[in-house]
Amino acid sequence: MLQLPILQVLLPLLAAPVCLAFNKEALAWLIAIAAAIGATITSVMLLVMVMQGGPISYHMGGWPALIGIEYRIDVLSAWLLVIVSTLGAVMLVPARACAIREIEPSQRVYFFVTYLLCLAALLGIISSGDLFNIFVFLEISALSSYILIAMGKDRMALVASIRYLVLGTIGATFILIGIGLLYSKTGTLNIKDLSLQLREVEGSRTVLTAFCFLAIGTMLKLALFPLHVWLPNAYTYAPSIVSAFLAATATKTALYLLIRLCYSVFGETLQDGVLPLEEVLLALGILGIFAGSLMAAAQTNLKRMFAYSSVAQIGFMVLGLGLASAAGLTATLIHIFNHALMKGALFLALAGLVYRIGDVRLSDMAGLGRAMPLTFAAIVIGGLSLIGVPLTAGFISKWYLVQATLEQDMWWLTVVILLGSLLTGLYIFRVIEAAWFRDSGTKQVSEAPLIILLPTWLLVGANIYFGLDASLSISVSEAAAMYLMGTSP
Amino acid sequence: MTGLLVFWVIFALMMTGLYVTIAHDNLIKKVVGLGILQVSVFMLYIAIANVRGAAIPILKEGESLYSNPLPHVLILTAIVVGIATVALALALVIRIRERFGTIEEAALESAARDWSER
Amino acid sequence: MRDLFAVIMLSGIYSLIAASLFITMDAADVAFTEAAVGAGVSTLLLLKTLALVDRHESTGPTRPGLAITVVIATGALLAYGTLDMHPFGETHTPSNDHIAAYYLENSIEDTGVPNVVTSILASYRGFDTLGELIVIFTAGIGVIVLLGQTGTSDSEIRPAMRQHLVLRVVSKILIPFIMLFAFYVQFHGEYGPGGGFQAGVIFASAVILYSILFGPEAARSVFSNATTRILAVSGVLLFACTGIVSMLKGKAFLDYSALAEDPVSGQLLGILLVELGVGITVAAVLIRVFLEFDERRWQPDDQRGQS
Repeated sequence: MLQLPILQVLLPLLAAPVCLAFNKEALAWLIAIAAAIGATITSVMLLVMVMQGGPISYHMGGWPALIGIEYRIDVLSAWLLVIVSTLGAVMLVPARACAIREIEPSQRVYFFVTYLLCLAALLGIISSGDLFNIFVFLEISALSSYILIAMGKDRMALVASIRYLVLGTIGATFILIGIGLLYSKTGTLNIKDLSLQLREVEGSRTVLTAFCFLAIGTMLKLALFPLHVWLPNAYTYAPSIVSAFLAATATKTALYLLIRLCYSVFGETLQDGVLPLEEVLLALGILGIFAGSLMAAAQTNLKRMFAYSSVAQIGFMVLGLGLASAAGLTATLIHIFNHALMKGALFLALAGLVYRIGDVRLSDMAGLGRAMPLTFAAIVIGGLSLIGVPLTAGFISKWYLVQATLEQDMWWLTVVILLGSLLTGLYIFRVIEAAWFRDSGTKQVSEAPLIILLPTWLLVGANIYFGLDASLSISVSEAAAMYLMGTSP
Repeated sequence: MTGLLVFWVIFALMMTGLYVTIAHDNLIKKVVGLGILQVSVFMLYIAIANVRGAAIPILKEGESLYSNPLPHVLILTAIVVGIATVALALALVIRIRERFGTIEEAALESAARDWSER
Repeated sequence: MRDLFAVIMLSGIYSLIAASLFITMDAADVAFTEAAVGAGVSTLLLLKTLALVDRHESTGPTRPGLAITVVIATGALLAYGTLDMHPFGETHTPSNDHIAAYYLENSIEDTGVPNVVTSILASYRGFDTLGELIVIFTAGIGVIVLLGQTGTSDSEIRPAMRQHLVLRVVSKILIPFIMLFAFYVQFHGEYGPGGGFQAGVIFASAVILYSILFGPEAARSVFSNATTRILAVSGVLLFACTGIVSMLKGKAFLDYSALAEDPVSGQLLGILLVELGVGITVAAVLIRVFLEFDERRWQPDDQRGQS
């Protein structure tokens, strides 16, 4: 029997306690990398299988789908699995070096254990076809995120963590309420079955309320404006490698959940148009783009700048979702992939900076472009990709997003997208200006170590490669969008 | 209407917990508020599962009507998730007290502002 | 109310009342767990935290406006949602008739276990229980990360409660029975309310009681850091390996019917092992969490903010 669909979750999930058993830092790092690579290979194989043969089902405990918990991998899940597992693995390579710089020695083993738990949980959310199972794994990812963030050496990391904890728990409780209300009306927790059962229940008010709670809880984890307030502090004060990992994976998983809810669970119900969902998503997306970009431009701390930039980019993704068309959905899915590459590269480059100079304030960047050319080149290319300059992956996302807006004759949205991209240019330029056009002090700084540079440039290279040949991201995203729209005619 | 009264009472309790969590600055009060919110959600699930005149879902000779066991299972899991969050939150509160000398949000907020303006 | 001690005690009472409500609503297992965890462990940890922070809240509610707005909006949404809900206590609702009916009808035939909550928890939806176990495991890791550094313990040995003779004598008599009860709950959970979680919590509470009365050093001599770490890991691995054995035999993860000749015996064996894993990890984690909380000492004003 095919055991593949659970390996990507089981490998990191079990590697975590094994790491803890041995309690040795270097060994934990190696076990973690091995587990993450295993998860990546599994995810890639699953993507290939699903693209060729359609969705794959796995029944936990051998019980049929409704009685037990079902893992269901379709194109959308497989795509996200590949993205999250690949980035999770790439981030682990420099993780030990970064941990040595930024995390207390006694905590380092626990860092790897928690990282693996978070990775396993994110992959579990994506793979699962059971709503309550998703909730449990959502909580695992949340708890492990709180711990990872709290490991930052600045004492503000603790405050960032507890604020995220309070908001995150409210969000999780909302999701729990939503699941409960939904269950009371349908009697099931299986996603596929829910979409079937919901067809029988006529536009019920309980169901709509359930959707609202689920959506609000998910939007909080997604850091969609105005529920984004926990993100800037969390990404700023967490250890750099944690910011890199979370920025590339955690919010994407929440967006996956939102897409899954909108299309696979509630598809039919939302068609009635009782809820102004599209308008709300468009509005929040636009607000997120502008609020995020403007706040980013005003920052002096690079990590905080890129954190706000993430809020803006999430705004772009939600914009695509709000268009409620196959083209919009495709654009969002492409951007999920590209943004993971971009932000992953950017935050890794920042990790390199922190490794050498300890902090990432704009005032410290003066003239560093000459001292650390490779790191800053990475930031520049990542930045250009964020703006959406042709030849980078970011351009592909923006192009598809623009096409989706034009398809619906929403010219004003096209203008919004272009303005947002220009604003992105604003803060990228500030970094470039500080790094090259200012005189450096008398500091003698060397380039970031190879173990950080290599993964950074791997991601930067991927940005360029997928900017030139985006056939992979485009074909998978289109297939996923087609499939999802097919389930809700 | 009276059949819904139970749910409304539960929602009132939920909102109390939510209010405490948002309105108060003290971190311990926030944690307690979260606890009240979560226990109320548990009540919601159990109320949905309840069947009038039924027995505990442990199969026995002679009983034919049982309460719905599935929400019970879900809540058992949710209780554990709740305590895990509380334990972690309290550990954070202790560390914050040690490193900041306070657990009031307002004071922490000004510490945060001073820090980012430096 | 500014006195946090009163707030915490009231929240403990709230949990206990909720547990009683659960009993009236025929949710025995849930009531058991809520009483043990919500009224017990939660209140304990809150009090331990209170011992290390200020007892009184400094200010009253600071953002009542925002809170009231959110609460009213959410409450209105919820009230709107109830208008279509089935009345409380109705027998035939989608939630009761759809999948739940299957569990009630087939639990004994499929798994041999009359406590349907246990059969769902350990077998039908066993994967969720593994997730739940990982949640408590993660929380344990978090507490170790945050409180595991011994930077603030003072050298003065706490007298514990050596002078409370009655407490010491009575507890010495009670603790073995508490532990025995924990084992009973663990293994009898298939036939009556109980199971791994409740058992783990009860066992941990016996050790915690001992630690409170006789000092943490005594508890640590049996439950050292390494021991609790290994025990926590063992419980998780026991659970997971039970599932992996099924995989190796060609069936799905956590399909217990692969564990023995006869599928139902396999189910019973699987449920036993899995619940045992849960009990071990929960006990180990809660003991370690309590000991970590216990180790922190009150920092006088002049040492604050220095670590």
